[in-house]
Amino acid sequence: MVRYLVPLGVFAMLVALLAVGLRHDPRKIPSPLIGKPAPEFSLPALTDPARRITRADLLGKVTLFNVWASWCVSCRDEAKVLDGLAKSRVVPIYGLNYKDRRAAALEWLKVFGDPYVANAFDREGQVAINWGVYGVPETFVVDAKGIIRYKQIGPITPQVLKDTILPLVRRLQQEARRR
Amino acid sequence: MKAPSAWLLALLLVAPAAHAATGGGPPPPTPTSGFTNPKEDARYHALLKNLRCLVCQNESLQDSQAGLAQDLRREVREQMRAGKSNPDIVKYLVSRYGDFVLYRPPLMGTTYLLWFGPFLVLIAGIVALFVLLRRRTRRPDPDPLPAPERRRLAALLREREEGSKR
Amino acid sequence: MIPEIGHFALVLALCLALVQAVLPLLGAWRGVPEWIAVARPAARAQSLFVLLAFLCLTYAFLTNDFSVAYVAENSNTALPWFYRIGAVWGAHSGSLLLWVSILSVWTLAVTFGSRSLPEDIAARVLGVMGLVSIGFLLFMLMTSDPFTRLFPAPLNGRDLNPLLQDPGLVMHPPMLYMGYVGFAVPFAFAIAALLDGHLDAAWARWSRPWTTAAWLFLTLGITLGSWWSYSVLGWGGWWFWDPVENASFMPWLVGTALIHSLAVTDKRGAFKTWTVLLAIFAFSLSLLGTFLVRSGVLVSVHAFATDPRRGIFILIFLALVVGLSLLLYAWRAPAVKGGGNFHVLSRETLLLVNNVLLVSAAFAVLLGTLYPLILEGMAVGKISVGPPYFDTVFIPLTLPLVFLAALGSLVRWKRQPFRALIGYVWLPLVFCTAAGMLFSFWYLGRVHALLVVSVIAAFWVMLLSARDIWWRVRRNLAGGTRWYRVPRHVLGMALAHFGIGVFVLGVALAGTGSLEKDVNMHPGDAVQLAGYTYRFDGVTETRGPTYTATQARVTVSRDGQVLATLYPQKRIYIVQNMPITKAGIRPGLLHDFYVSMGEPTSDGGWAMRLYFKPMVRWIWLGPLFMALGGLLAAGDRRYRLAVVRQTQPKERAAVRPATQPLPASPGGS
Repeated sequence: MVRYLVPLGVFAMLVALLAVGLRHDPRKIPSPLIGKPAPEFSLPALTDPARRITRADLLGKVTLFNVWASWCVSCRDEAKVLDGLAKSRVVPIYGLNYKDRRAAALEWLKVFGDPYVANAFDREGQVAINWGVYGVPETFVVDAKGIIRYKQIGPITPQVLKDTILPLVRRLQQEARRR
Repeated sequence: MKAPSAWLLALLLVAPAAHAATGGGPPPPTPTSGFTNPKEDARYHALLKNLRCLVCQNESLQDSQAGLAQDLRREVREQMRAGKSNPDIVKYLVSRYGDFVLYRPPLMGTTYLLWFGPFLVLIAGIVALFVLLRRRTRRPDPDPLPAPERRRLAALLREREEGSKR
Repeated sequence: MIPEIGHFALVLALCLALVQAVLPLLGAWRGVPEWIAVARPAARAQSLFVLLAFLCLTYAFLTNDFSVAYVAENSNTALPWFYRIGAVWGAHSGSLLLWVSILSVWTLAVTFGSRSLPEDIAARVLGVMGLVSIGFLLFMLMTSDPFTRLFPAPLNGRDLNPLLQDPGLVMHPPMLYMGYVGFAVPFAFAIAALLDGHLDAAWARWSRPWTTAAWLFLTLGITLGSWWSYSVLGWGGWWFWDPVENASFMPWLVGTALIHSLAVTDKRGAFKTWTVLLAIFAFSLSLLGTFLVRSGVLVSVHAFATDPRRGIFILIFLALVVGLSLLLYAWRAPAVKGGGNFHVLSRETLLLVNNVLLVSAAFAVLLGTLYPLILEGMAVGKISVGPPYFDTVFIPLTLPLVFLAALGSLVRWKRQPFRALIGYVWLPLVFCTAAGMLFSFWYLGRVHALLVVSVIAAFWVMLLSARDIWWRVRRNLAGGTRWYRVPRHVLGMALAHFGIGVFVLGVALAGTGSLEKDVNMHPGDAVQLAGYTYRFDGVTETRGPTYTATQARVTVSRDGQVLATLYPQKRIYIVQNMPITKAGIRPGLLHDFYVSMGEPTSDGGWAMRLYFKPMVRWIWLGPLFMALGGLLAAGDRRYRLAVVRQTQPKERAAVRPATQPLPASPGGS
């Protein structure tokens, strides 16, 4: 009798698995960079081509590193959330302007708000590849020592900000202060 | 197989001749990869075929027209030009995008089942088959009519007899 | 008005499906003839209402009724009429309606084809099919009603998905679903037999033609899909191991195993529980395929727009259908007794080995398809499983099958003397080995191990299948019978096995002999490939009913003689603003010329991908032989006679000989 139940058992496992699978978004690719040092980069600033933004700018404090573009529709929704966050002065936000035209990006900042401390201008998307970016918007939480601690794929919603990003930022800031 | 063989023969004879002919005429169009050395070009395309376009539904970097795929192709070309080996390039992409970028899953703790599972099933099947064969060959031939069927046959014959009596 | 009739027809069909399922099953259980008698009329009425709904939706498409949301989303006034018909099943709701409609076609076929079965068995079979209908009708009405109205109605529709605007894709889903859904019939027979508790050889004999029919449609459907992806996707490939392709391939592999296992159960009364399990598996994998395509758990080129609610519904339905079937199996199977004995070297053993290999291969496909999901579910990383995995794992599991297939008709049931077998095969084996090695050397100029083995296997199975028929004909000539009187199932088997050889030859030669070049071309440029000159003549703008296109002209010539003119296109579908490449192909029995256009390059040229593809048509020709073989076998008079004989079911025990008389010569049935 028992051996005739084997197919049923195997099938039950399969169903459980598929049920779990239903809850995952197959399009999200977890970043292998989490827990690793943020990749080096040196790019011209969006507002001032003569100035360079580098990895060193992110060090010494907890930062958000937000990848965005003026052609990205869901970045517009995110802009409101980021604006609110910038006004609260909890954490500085650095931007990576991804495969954009400079004029269009500057115009966009005027229309949708500019929450950024500074923006690196990645015309060819090469730095983005080095950071493992595969779509916009994406946001990295980088700790004071320059280690990537979290990556948000897709726009930061008020929900994500409240439940995930802010608690993590506070914890990282405490960590940095204790040292 | 007559016709294909004739064609294959022709192909074989013509191929080297055609190759030689390219030297004379106008310069041949350049490969899109920019690698004029055919070996490099082939290596480039072979590498791309086994890498996944991350934003596409399910396409390789070789086939995809997506913007990110074009950027990643450029990255691969630049690393090749910088003299990096295939494993170096693959290692770089995996460090940025994870194992998801590989169409051939690496052999590691979590993929042993994937790589060996089908063969385990095959072995299990063959073992089961062997056990079954031993049983089947040793057992004496069963009654040509299994017992329930024989009972039914008897009932049937009875029925028919009764029917014919009526 | 018409869409409302369609919707109402679906509701009525659901009610009738309830009747069709409940009354006959209860009737067969309790022995109430009146309830059993309900099965056929209820099944027919249910089917007719579903088909009516299908006609209503087709009518809505043909008349451009954009007040129906589904039509508005998937059609357009500019769409030619045949694509409008194809658009009926061009997206989720409609393809679900197609699924149910095809189940109706099979149900109708069973109501007519089962007239000679014992009434209680037929009632159970139709009852089980009714249960399946209930599930899918509920699914459609609850989550994806294709008749939902849109107010206000838009002036024009959003057009059919451009990828699907291709003749191959109009026919692909109906064929594929005929196969998928067709496995519901052997499944219903298996469940009916388990419920009845009387699993015997007669059950296997009844199931055989239905299984073969479903299998042949599935073969055609997969072949059409492969041909479509070759001509539309523009990558020159014919199989991508995409999850959706795999979803149709798994039932095919298990269905193929089932066909062979049914033969043993029919002829020798053996492996009954295994056969019944395969029948359940084949249909379960069809349902699983439906789940994978609909639920969005996997990333695929073909996946439909998805909705988690749908995924949950199908998963629950899948769990119920398959779970209950396997529970029933666990309850009934232990009581089933095995059939006759057989020797180590016998047709039974070979067919078992065939089953082990096919099931392992199906498992490999299942594992490869679901493994990313498994790892993600356990949160231990995300991987891709692509062609390199499947090629590595699948080929060693299936290549031995090709060698076995050739022996199928040579080896006797029960026991095959070893020496006699060697006598039959040594000469062909030597010949094929030599021919395969020479061929490979000749083809590539070197010995390529996989090519050698594949070519040997292909020659071997083609030669032996042909010889089998030749022996039959010769025997007929000698025996005074008309020479062409070869049993159709024997002819069917030989043809299907021959088709495997054709397919393997195509795969091996196209795989190793294809040449491609990825070049930046300007008008007037010429490239040499495989001894042919591909000249790019330039581009022109052109337009079709629903798209504008940039069309290139490439002439292929050799020694100044033009052999083909190819017109690859880059199309932009106007409504959805979606780019699609359409390859320019000159098909040929021996080789295809194939060109696809890429992007314009920075220096004013075009990125062009040029291919020379030898023997690629054989990849689809082989499955056509297989399907034709299936058609011959499914239509064999033997099954019809067998069914007629079953009109006196009680006699079957007396009539069926326990062992088949041994064939007079190798190549016996």
